[in-house]
Amino acid sequence: MSEPTPAPGGTPPTFSLDGHDVPFEAGQTVLSAALAAGHYIPHLCYHPEFAPHGSCRVCTVKVDGHPAASCTAAARAGTEVDSRSEEVLEMRRRLVQFLFTEGNHFCPSCEQSGSCMLQAVGYALGVTNAHFSPLFPNRPVDASHPDVLLDFNRCILCELCIRASAEVDGKHVFDLSGRGIDKHLIVNAESGRLADTALAVEDKAMSVCPVGVILRKRRGFRVPIGERRYDAAPISVVALQKRPRPSTAPREG
Amino acid sequence: MPRDLSGILARHRNDPTRLVQILRDVMEADGWISPPAITALADALGLPRARVEGVAGFYAFFATEPRGRYRVLFSDNITDEMAGSAELRQRLLDAFHVRLGEVSRDGLVSIDVTSCTGLCDQGPALLVNGRAIARLTHARIGAIAAMIRGGAPLSEWPDNLFEVHEHVEREDVVLATPFAPGEALDAAIARGPEATLGEVERSLLRGRGGAGFPTGQKWRLCRAAPGRERYVVCNADEGEPGTFKDRLLLARHADLVLEGMTVAAFAVGAPKGFVYLRAEYPFLVPGLEAALARRRHEGLLGVRIRGVEGFDFDIELHVGAGAYVCGEESALLESLEGERGIPRNRPPYPVTHGYLQKPTVVNNVETLAKAALVARHGADWLRARGTARSTGTKLLSVSGDVARPGIYEYPFGVAVKQVLEDAGARRVQAVQVGGPSGTLLAHNELERRIAFEDVPCAGAFMVFDESRDMIDVLHNFARFFAHESCGFCTPCRVGTTLERQMLARVACGKGTRKDVKDLGHVARLMKAASHCGLGMTAGNALLDAFAKFKPSFDRRLASLDVLPVFDLDESLAEAREVTGRDDVDAHFPEEP
Repeated sequence: MSEPTPAPGGTPPTFSLDGHDVPFEAGQTVLSAALAAGHYIPHLCYHPEFAPHGSCRVCTVKVDGHPAASCTAAARAGTEVDSRSEEVLEMRRRLVQFLFTEGNHFCPSCEQSGSCMLQAVGYALGVTNAHFSPLFPNRPVDASHPDVLLDFNRCILCELCIRASAEVDGKHVFDLSGRGIDKHLIVNAESGRLADTALAVEDKAMSVCPVGVILRKRRGFRVPIGERRYDAAPISVVALQKRPRPSTAPREG
Repeated sequence: MPRDLSGILARHRNDPTRLVQILRDVMEADGWISPPAITALADALGLPRARVEGVAGFYAFFATEPRGRYRVLFSDNITDEMAGSAELRQRLLDAFHVRLGEVSRDGLVSIDVTSCTGLCDQGPALLVNGRAIARLTHARIGAIAAMIRGGAPLSEWPDNLFEVHEHVEREDVVLATPFAPGEALDAAIARGPEATLGEVERSLLRGRGGAGFPTGQKWRLCRAAPGRERYVVCNADEGEPGTFKDRLLLARHADLVLEGMTVAAFAVGAPKGFVYLRAEYPFLVPGLEAALARRRHEGLLGVRIRGVEGFDFDIELHVGAGAYVCGEESALLESLEGERGIPRNRPPYPVTHGYLQKPTVVNNVETLAKAALVARHGADWLRARGTARSTGTKLLSVSGDVARPGIYEYPFGVAVKQVLEDAGARRVQAVQVGGPSGTLLAHNELERRIAFEDVPCAGAFMVFDESRDMIDVLHNFARFFAHESCGFCTPCRVGTTLERQMLARVACGKGTRKDVKDLGHVARLMKAASHCGLGMTAGNALLDAFAKFKPSFDRRLASLDVLPVFDLDESLAEAREVTGRDDVDAHFPEEP
């Protein structure tokens, strides 16, 4: 498992991603190295500012023939990473279909449409329908907070808001309860109401949701459809505009 | 006014890593875990409230909404189902005019199902307020209903109701060799830690919990990990449906298991250990606590064990709360730390980053029992039995369509056919080896052998004769995985639920070829893309069945390629119930 250390001043180790050599540094994952080198691998629960999570599995690749989540798989010199074969693309399409099946993702009526990573990844992968019978969760929205609306039925359980609130904001506003298909986002209040938590609109937790769960009130459609994040360019381009820092494994705290 | 929980908290030293134990006590005292109780616990433990609520919401035996004063959970394993569980359950539901999953209006009773309770050799079984009752009959259900109606506390219910029998049908060297507490330790001490480790390595002992990892190598990696704080954990979360061999070992051979832990602690240099016992086995707790107390008294646990300076080791018993996934070692460690039982990203592995991120050996009950015997009798003793690659013996939990269900100990390499013959199985259609996550064998594969190199088996051996419909078996397994998925990763969380829905459709004759195709897609995706072994194996039985039991599917499929999922007649069910009508005009006509 030892990585060949580059000769002083020599070239860094590389792995092969669909035939392209991708250099990496110690501690980098397949995904973070690929993004840093300008190669897009679809992902949802990964965020460059947080430890890799590995829950959505949309970034699944095959490393030397074995499926792995590229966000948690350590980059290894000399490995062959397949991110483009029909088999890998089919797995990702199914996973995105699973997420559309699980939640209530009615894009035409969703404020996040055009800025939604799930929708954008769906387009990038050519997912045109959810394929399976929708599960139609029925979780009441929480409109109690003066500035924020929560629609739990769109949650893809990436835990980014949980991590942002705990690790950056120091507030633990969000967590998860239930398990399996009943797993769901909860807020840190005995009343169960967001208004009774410490959430403020300036919080990091407000800006990390990849879908349309955490919404600012009174901002609806301020940016017109057609001018949103993924309207101008597909996510495969947008995701590379802000190159992530190398992501290292252990979480703080 | 928040409930006073100071007594419970004090008993657990206000230690947040004991959160699962604390919540168990709150359940026991209150019958549910109320929002004010969660707030009070969070304040006292210095945890975010949402974290405590999340842990309470994770485990099947914790209720965050009021349940009945009597909480009845019927074991929903396929063997319970085959023994007539559904009819008995319906009888109890009818007795209290309550529906499955609901609380009776007077708050007296709630009735639901739970995953396999590990009493497959004496099912159907249930749990009432956490206590197990086996060998259910109409008479027993009648008695239970009467006692619930009379409001009798469980302590006043007849003792024989709670008896669990151990059926040992075949003994080999592990079950038959007499063992005196301390003798394995004495042998290990005489050899020294390094040589003890070497002996375990040389024995080629492999983990008996399913993965089959070499035990000696695991111990060696833990011993080599930096730091002095190390742990030995006994995985007694025997949750795989159809498995109950650890129940026997803990009931009858507790000293052997605890001594195996102590030998492991000696070899790796660990001062502390845990037994993580599944919640379904509360009847084992008094015996285990007594064994621990006796071993402390006899100097087999505690400081300077057997007078050896620096050999300090003690064991704490930790009881789960209803989560199959906690049998996965990293999820077990999360639970042991008082968290939701979510499997960790690996590497790093527990041998270097385990309990509280310290080097930890996690071994199955049976593995530890065998490690003790290897320490006592040497590596060659184990290698004298079994095959070259699967040394020693294996305990099988045999249940289902057999004349003599129970525990069978065989040398590895035994043919499936031999086990069936010994257990009195007739007209065998299929054998599920290793439980729903294992291997489904058809009648033409019975020459195959139980061994890591052929058919691996963690312990379950469920037999289905020709009268069984394999679709019912698969539907049962699908319910199990959907109930037990932790929900962390997309493929398992959504996939197990889709499998359950589609198999339910197939089981009631409304499945189509599209469903069968989709079942295969989903099973393969779960296998390839899941985060942990639960998701990776959740489709195993289904994929085996596609290959081996295709006629079972063909029999149940609707003739059409596609059927609308929306059922017009079904959509009127609620209206029929409200109006109390069930006549012809309250139904849509049958399709011609």
